[in-house]
Amino acid sequence: MSEKLEERAPEENADHAGLSQKIAVRETTPSDVDPWAGDRVFELNNVSVSYGSSLAVNDVSMQIQKNEVTALIGPSGCGKSTLLRCLNRMNDLIPAARVNGEVLYHGQDLYGSKVDPVQVRKLIGMVFQKPNPFPKSIFDNVAFGPRILGLGNVEDRVEKALRGAALWDEVKDRLDDNAYGMSGGQQQRLCIARTMAVDPEVILMDEPCSALDPISTAKIEDLMNELKEQFSIVIVTHNMQQAARVSDKTAFLIVEMDAAEGNRWGQLVEYDETDRIFTNPQDGRTEDYVTGKVG
Amino acid sequence: MEARDTIGAFGRGGADNPPPSLEAPSPRYGEKLIKGILAFCAILSVITTTAIVVSLLMPTIDFLGEVPIGDFLFGTEWAPTFSPASFGVLPILVGTISTSIWGMLFAIPIGLCSAIWLSEYASPGARKTVKPVLEVLAGIPTVAIGIFGLVFLSPLIEDVFPFMVNVPPFSAGVAGLAIGLMLVPIIASISDDAMRAVPGGLREAAYGLGATRMKVATRVVFPAAISGIIASLVLAGSRAVGETMVVLLVAGASPNLTFDPGSSVLTMTAFIAQTATGDISTGSITYDTIFAVGTLLFVLTLIMNVFAIRLVRKYREVYE
Repeated sequence: MSEKLEERAPEENADHAGLSQKIAVRETTPSDVDPWAGDRVFELNNVSVSYGSSLAVNDVSMQIQKNEVTALIGPSGCGKSTLLRCLNRMNDLIPAARVNGEVLYHGQDLYGSKVDPVQVRKLIGMVFQKPNPFPKSIFDNVAFGPRILGLGNVEDRVEKALRGAALWDEVKDRLDDNAYGMSGGQQQRLCIARTMAVDPEVILMDEPCSALDPISTAKIEDLMNELKEQFSIVIVTHNMQQAARVSDKTAFLIVEMDAAEGNRWGQLVEYDETDRIFTNPQDGRTEDYVTGKVG
Repeated sequence: MEARDTIGAFGRGGADNPPPSLEAPSPRYGEKLIKGILAFCAILSVITTTAIVVSLLMPTIDFLGEVPIGDFLFGTEWAPTFSPASFGVLPILVGTISTSIWGMLFAIPIGLCSAIWLSEYASPGARKTVKPVLEVLAGIPTVAIGIFGLVFLSPLIEDVFPFMVNVPPFSAGVAGLAIGLMLVPIIASISDDAMRAVPGGLREAAYGLGATRMKVATRVVFPAAISGIIASLVLAGSRAVGETMVVLLVAGASPNLTFDPGSSVLTMTAFIAQTATGDISTGSITYDTIFAVGTLLFVLTLIMNVFAIRLVRKYREVYE
């Protein structure tokens, strides 16, 4: 890894002078275990995303650790989903979307000219806000990925994925039933199993519990704690308690406004260990948000 | 009640107000009239269909009084206006099926490929140009397509495949091709609409698993849109079977019992059009024959539709 990736504080972006907020840098307090010492999956260096001419996320620099849950929190419109979708090139599907800056995946530029987005998405899976099973049987849903990618042992993979998503016991006797006969929470766990079945390294979750009831939410949160042993997880959530419960690191984004131009975009305020974000944030805006004073 | 008084001028809670009336302020005759007109319009098509079936059936029964049904359905010689007359419908039934099959064989792959391209691959700009052109093609009068087949397709095929078409310019194959041209926009446009109606979330799910565009189109979008796609095929099939002008102009008029695309054929519709425009007396056997063939055509499309509905039920993927 190059030296500059070790820097955690991004420089002020000259293009957006005055717009860019200085990101609160964690002070290097000595501790027994350095929480930033482990392997890194992603390095984001000055990443900005725009849709056409309008900026959606401005100048984000952060790194995402392997086998951890990293949460992106912030108010609506702060670009947390947009940022998440940069990480497996899902934004490519929107013709006007453009990513500036550098997204490194294990040191490789995710937006390099030789990078195939299809290959990227095999390694970096995604679970969406609304459960979106295919209108097929439960088995065929989980088997979809292994089948299109030509992976062997489809039946074993399906069972393993369903067990991994804590769904096997509930569905093992009705694998041929249509997935839309399941409850919303089961559908979402099916979508997690479907993603696991292709054995990705990273699972991106875009508000995976926002359409679910509290009991289903709790099941998925429990699941995340188990999953991080096998996968690195990045989760977008607007539920701060959820971020506090499930994540190791938390990034807080806000909506910046240019009143004169009428533009709005997302800005990273603070990124740190989840405990510190919620108990000892360095930035006043983070404190106001996590304590419920704003947002 | 007291809380309502605080609304002030809008409040109904004042002690002087009588209880508000819950009766309709007017009898609303206009609405009843409109409801009647709407229902009449809907029922009109049911009445029309019934009337057509009845008007087809009466002469058909007369016809079957003179010609045994077995001779009609399984006879292999069609010469209703000759003497001695022969009423074996198979040659013209096969003529209809043959031109329709050739048309569908041409139109289904091209139509479905166009639909997949339009819905999954085309840029918004390309789509905006191509789709209206397709729809204009669907609106071209069939007589124009027939003429196009006659003066352009037949000579073209004669030049390109001289060995295939041995009785140019009239043949089932060229008629099928012209019908096919007419069917492509129907299949492409309706299938495209059906595929675009598939929720974006399903596409995202597949892309998120590392699916290529082709896999997303063929494994997710196509199966999810299958009921609309089959509907487009049924509509195209019905158009092919019922197509009259193209086959009248291009297929020739010889009732040959053959599926050979190079052979001239007479279809059921072409027979009806040809015979009905001539001098025939009401109640004659020729007159009844037209209706008998019309009834058979009606039964044929009905069977196709019933079959298609079953097919849709079997393969439909219901989302949500």
